[in-house]
Amino acid sequence: MKGILRVALKLLVNDRGKFAALIVGITFAMFLIVQLTSIFSGILTKASATIINIGSKVWVMDPSLQNPLNTIPMPSYVLDLVKSIDGVKYAVPLYSGVGLVKLKDGNWQPATVLGLDDATLVGRPALLEGKIDDIFGADAFIIAKDEDYPKLESPQIGTTFEINDHRSVIVGIAKAPVGGLFGIPTLYTTYNRAVQYLPNTRYTIAYILVEPKSEADIPGILEAVKKTGYLGLTRGEFEKKVSNYYIFQTGVGTNILMMTFISFLVGMSISGQTFYTFVLENLEKFGALKAIGARNSELVYMILCQASFSALTGYGLGVGLSALLIAVGKKYVPNYTAEIGFWNLGLALVMVFVVAAFSSLIAVRKVMTVQPFDIFRG
Amino acid sequence: MPEVALAATGLEKWFGEGEARTWAVRGIGFEAFLGEMLYIVGPSGSGKTTLLSMISGILKPDAGSVAVEGKDIWSSSPNDIADFRLNKVGFVFQDFHLFPKLTTMENVAIPLIFKKMDWDLSMKSAVEFLDAVGLAGKAALPPNKLSGGEQQRVAIARALVGGPDLLIFDEPTASLDGTTGKRIIDFVKNKFLNDKRCILIVTHDSRIYGYADRIIAMEDGQIVKIMSGGEIED
Repeated sequence: MKGILRVALKLLVNDRGKFAALIVGITFAMFLIVQLTSIFSGILTKASATIINIGSKVWVMDPSLQNPLNTIPMPSYVLDLVKSIDGVKYAVPLYSGVGLVKLKDGNWQPATVLGLDDATLVGRPALLEGKIDDIFGADAFIIAKDEDYPKLESPQIGTTFEINDHRSVIVGIAKAPVGGLFGIPTLYTTYNRAVQYLPNTRYTIAYILVEPKSEADIPGILEAVKKTGYLGLTRGEFEKKVSNYYIFQTGVGTNILMMTFISFLVGMSISGQTFYTFVLENLEKFGALKAIGARNSELVYMILCQASFSALTGYGLGVGLSALLIAVGKKYVPNYTAEIGFWNLGLALVMVFVVAAFSSLIAVRKVMTVQPFDIFRG
Repeated sequence: MPEVALAATGLEKWFGEGEARTWAVRGIGFEAFLGEMLYIVGPSGSGKTTLLSMISGILKPDAGSVAVEGKDIWSSSPNDIADFRLNKVGFVFQDFHLFPKLTTMENVAIPLIFKKMDWDLSMKSAVEFLDAVGLAGKAALPPNKLSGGEQQRVAIARALVGGPDLLIFDEPTASLDGTTGKRIIDFVKNKFLNDKRCILIVTHDSRIYGYADRIIAMEDGQIVKIMSGGEIED
């Protein structure tokens, strides 16, 4: 069948105009599908920035919490309850809130403030500049160097500013593996300072970060937390919870997936129509092949190879183009967020095969019904 | 006594049903022999092409049989009939039906490729047959760079490359001028007709009748006369 495959591909590729139209259609559709789903993926990752950057294995929170932006503070006795659970190596509080930073030009810039446990600094970021111990100094804050870092006028170590009318000083600049979704900078300080600087409700613990003695202890810890009336989640579960919130409760997911589906329909119609035209124009030739002795199964094989080759070429180019745009976007566009992962590559691959199957189906139906007798009859 | 290449018996074909039924071929029987150049002639609508299609395994007759090597081809499965066409029959279509996006060499090699022959061997064999029709130098060109006569020779090479017992030409001179048409038929007869092959030509071009060993004349779907080539010339 190798020879037949080669003939099929030559017939396809050598018809440059049609092949180009086919490839452009599929590439464009794949580009849009991968681009849109990558942006969506990027948004979801950014939405989980706090979870990823802090990196705790187990998170305890109020069960009503829907996303990291709106935390529901818990009373301090919950921390004691969690600490007493079997299998817990240690548990520490994490403060999360938003403070208003007064800039030199008189403007105000909101910033996420994360308060790390004073005793252990669990969840502390890796530093690019400065020493972590300096966080215990007077009015000390560490700033995350993410895409929102310039919004605080790109402070250096020693830069002072005001948060909620309190003097603050930058003592370190931290790596930020993932920037936040809402376009505000992130500051780290100690838990007690965060509570002092930011206005609070009666309770102040946003999350309890739990380190289990072993991975095997995690299910038991989660179950025990549940019995206290609070919610314990692994890092993955928490990220999924946040993702589900944005997918199902904000409209972001629905709208992006709808755009993805429209791109898919556009791609399918362009490539389906072009491939159908290609087959239609070669219909007599397929009839001649039948007359010569080609079996229907061999002609179907040829069409499937042509459709699959076009689909995979378009897929590769679409993914490549999307990756290029993401690379350029990340370099030059502030807050541009997009991530190509296995799931969106897989989704696009499934979609491109649906496109190929659809295009083949209509072409195969036509070729199966062509009669070699019609070739003689002219 | 020459060996029978094919024997058609009681062939009938009609299109439509009831009062709309039109007979294309009605009760035709004849034998074609190896080593023979047999013409099927007649006016348009006389059933030549329908007959040709039935004896070459393309169009299933409504009645009758076509026996090759003693076996009715129409009692076989569709795949076996396709194999019969691939292995036993070589077609030269009226419009040639060459693939413009393949080279001349690749066009000729198509029957071998469908016989699952190795690509390089297929191409080698194709070039040999192109050489036989005097076109080896144009093997790498696409067919649309060739003249009408050259394209027909490519189609002949393609029909011959699989080594068929039955070589079928459909109106081979329809798109050629008189001289070129005669030259092609003369060339085919002298070069490719042998005692292991029968050449069947459907035509209504009386200028080439002289090359036939026998001529079957059709009218209204029936054979009206079977003549020897000499008779016509006379």
